[in-house]
Amino acid sequence: MSADALGAVGGRARLPGGLTRAYAIATGTDAKRLYSSLVLGLVLALMTGPAGSVTAPTSGIHHALLAPRVFGFLAFGLVVWLLLTFSGRVGPRLRGVRQRVAAPARAVTAHRTVRWSWYAVLLAALILVPRLLTGAYQQLLVDQIGIYVLLALGLNIVIGFAGLLDLGYIAFFAVGAYTTAYFTGSLPAKPPFEVTPFLCFPLGVLFAMLAGVILGAPTLRLRGDYLAIVTLGFGEIIYDVANNLKQTGGPQGVAKTVPHFVFGDYHWKLANLPYWYLLLGILVAVVIGVSRLENSRTGRAWTAIREDEVAAEASGIPALRYKVMAFAFGASTSGFAGVLFASKNGFFDPGVFTEQISILILVLVIFGGMGSIWGTIVGAAVLQFLPGYFRISGSSVFQPQDIYIYVGFLLIIMMIFRPQGLIPSRRRAREIGMAEAGIGSADALAAPGSAP
Amino acid sequence: MCFTQNFWSLLISGLANGFVYALIALGYTLVYGVLQLINFAHSEVFMSGGFAGLFLMDHLVGKGHVPSGLTSVGLVLAGTIVAALAGGLVAYILERVAYRPLRRRHAPQLAYLISAIGMSFFLFSLAGKEFGRDSASVPQTFTNGTVFHVFGAGVQTYYLLVAGAAIIMLVGLDRLIGATRLGQGIRAVAQDADTASLMGVNIDRIIALTFIVGGLLGGAAGFLFGIGNGVVYTMGFTPGIKAFTAAVLGGIGNVRGAVLGGLLLGVCENVPIGCVDTSWRDVIAFGILVLVLLVRPTGILGERLGRSA
Repeated sequence: MSADALGAVGGRARLPGGLTRAYAIATGTDAKRLYSSLVLGLVLALMTGPAGSVTAPTSGIHHALLAPRVFGFLAFGLVVWLLLTFSGRVGPRLRGVRQRVAAPARAVTAHRTVRWSWYAVLLAALILVPRLLTGAYQQLLVDQIGIYVLLALGLNIVIGFAGLLDLGYIAFFAVGAYTTAYFTGSLPAKPPFEVTPFLCFPLGVLFAMLAGVILGAPTLRLRGDYLAIVTLGFGEIIYDVANNLKQTGGPQGVAKTVPHFVFGDYHWKLANLPYWYLLLGILVAVVIGVSRLENSRTGRAWTAIREDEVAAEASGIPALRYKVMAFAFGASTSGFAGVLFASKNGFFDPGVFTEQISILILVLVIFGGMGSIWGTIVGAAVLQFLPGYFRISGSSVFQPQDIYIYVGFLLIIMMIFRPQGLIPSRRRAREIGMAEAGIGSADALAAPGSAP
Repeated sequence: MCFTQNFWSLLISGLANGFVYALIALGYTLVYGVLQLINFAHSEVFMSGGFAGLFLMDHLVGKGHVPSGLTSVGLVLAGTIVAALAGGLVAYILERVAYRPLRRRHAPQLAYLISAIGMSFFLFSLAGKEFGRDSASVPQTFTNGTVFHVFGAGVQTYYLLVAGAAIIMLVGLDRLIGATRLGQGIRAVAQDADTASLMGVNIDRIIALTFIVGGLLGGAAGFLFGIGNGVVYTMGFTPGIKAFTAAVLGGIGNVRGAVLGGLLLGVCENVPIGCVDTSWRDVIAFGILVLVLLVRPTGILGERLGRSA
């Protein structure tokens, strides 16, 4: 609607023409978007600004907003506004170009040989490149990226495939880690028999899976948002128990170092590369397994439950059993990562298993694209790489303890502008689109039969 | 046997905690009533109230001198009001940023939950950055003595203050929901948002006001809690989940249920402390949460703001 038309509708005839026009422009959609964009700039300035303290609560805000740097951020806000306002005009043309490019590209990549050779190149790079990295980056690759990609892939089964919001996912990681510590005799509580760390993999996975089933079987009857709270409470219980019991070492963590892996005579110790190759093997296996699962009978059942649980039940899908199964798959992946983590690090305390880490993994999945395997991998790798990179390179732009400011910010921005994620699964994107048009629910959260 | 030990004093401090939970729980229940969504970021509303009250008291109360008499009353009143306003403001911002844009697009429910979680993380980490990450204690605004005894257990001024402030606000809210135009609007939207909008109710406005009302109570609760327990950027998390538990326990969407649930939870998690270490209190509360959801997810008094308020 043009400014004149707005003025006419507003019926402010007593104002002089110029003022009416100004009023209409200042309250129009474009202007409102401009204000939001400028506020966005200010928020970014605040986020990246210096820290304050409790005795001088305004000092951080003061130095962040009343300094020349604020103009840079306002300019950024202006750019965002320009992009938002004019993308409507440029967007369709860009989409046309992309389609023209994408169609032949897809025709090439659909070729089996092309796709497999691309996978082979990727795998070769993942095998060879880490050998060239420095120790700090190798450690980042294993501890921060590899393990979290594995965790994200597990959570993706639960939230992406089955549409269940699990906010206590790290609890299964803790179960895996504490199982390892227990059966290698590293906890104050001594096990009936001690095993080598490698044997902890089946044990850790088994116990994590059991925990998943024990938690899932009764709670998965609940509606989605209740489920989120129960899993949150369960995660807190696991954390509190680990923190309070004498048998787990309490807040001090494990009593003595969890032994590293031993392969014949070869002791892995703190070297990063053997863990990386183990992780890589596992990741490849999990990716293959999960993508087979996605299109299997089970995967299709999950999709049906996610899209409409009542209809799925009516079509003869035992929804509860499939939901518990999704929980168990996710939990066992998490438990596996926990075993690897415990043996690699040797030492850990309950502080590793806080609620915040559960949310962080959730962010990794959502950022990449729920339900999309490649999206999850790329999203997790990128988001885990960036803070590590800033830490290792000693950049002052980003303080590691501020990471959750950026995590939260990113979540909100993603939900407003791109809820389907960076590399969305095609089906998931369509579901969200349909839900926005008022058809279906796109997740297992809605109450059965409730209007959207 | 250990239950009888200190039973009365544990009951009294439990009731005081319960009033704080009830005030926070009302924020969850009101929002759930109109939107059928759990407002995950409500714990940060509570935290912002705590900080606002702390800064005001830091500013007003001199060092090394505890005010008394009318000055104390005035200070506590001012702190509660400012904290409530801060809570209301944060709740409003929350609605505008994390909820309204999604509502415009009819986003799936998961999207709301996630954007509220994002808002929660953003707010408390930003508070940690701007206001420091160590716990700060609110300057003493009154002398905390024992006022009277119940079965040998002393009732302290602080407990009376919390209970008194909470009861005033709860009665006020009950009148607001039951006897004002705004309350009528809230109940109408809770019953059936589409029909209410056809009858001329401005849904966006009602939802924003519901957030603000919940935020006022939550912010005030943050200050009351902060007087006794100190203020820190992560202070909202545990009381937040517990208050949600309380809301579910009483029946989410049900205003009186939230109060009942808050008091019950405060007592139930505190009384067993006679037998086990204090650090197990959270485990008890979360255990209650899991149990309630499994046994009776609709709560004691049942769901829905529209029908039962």
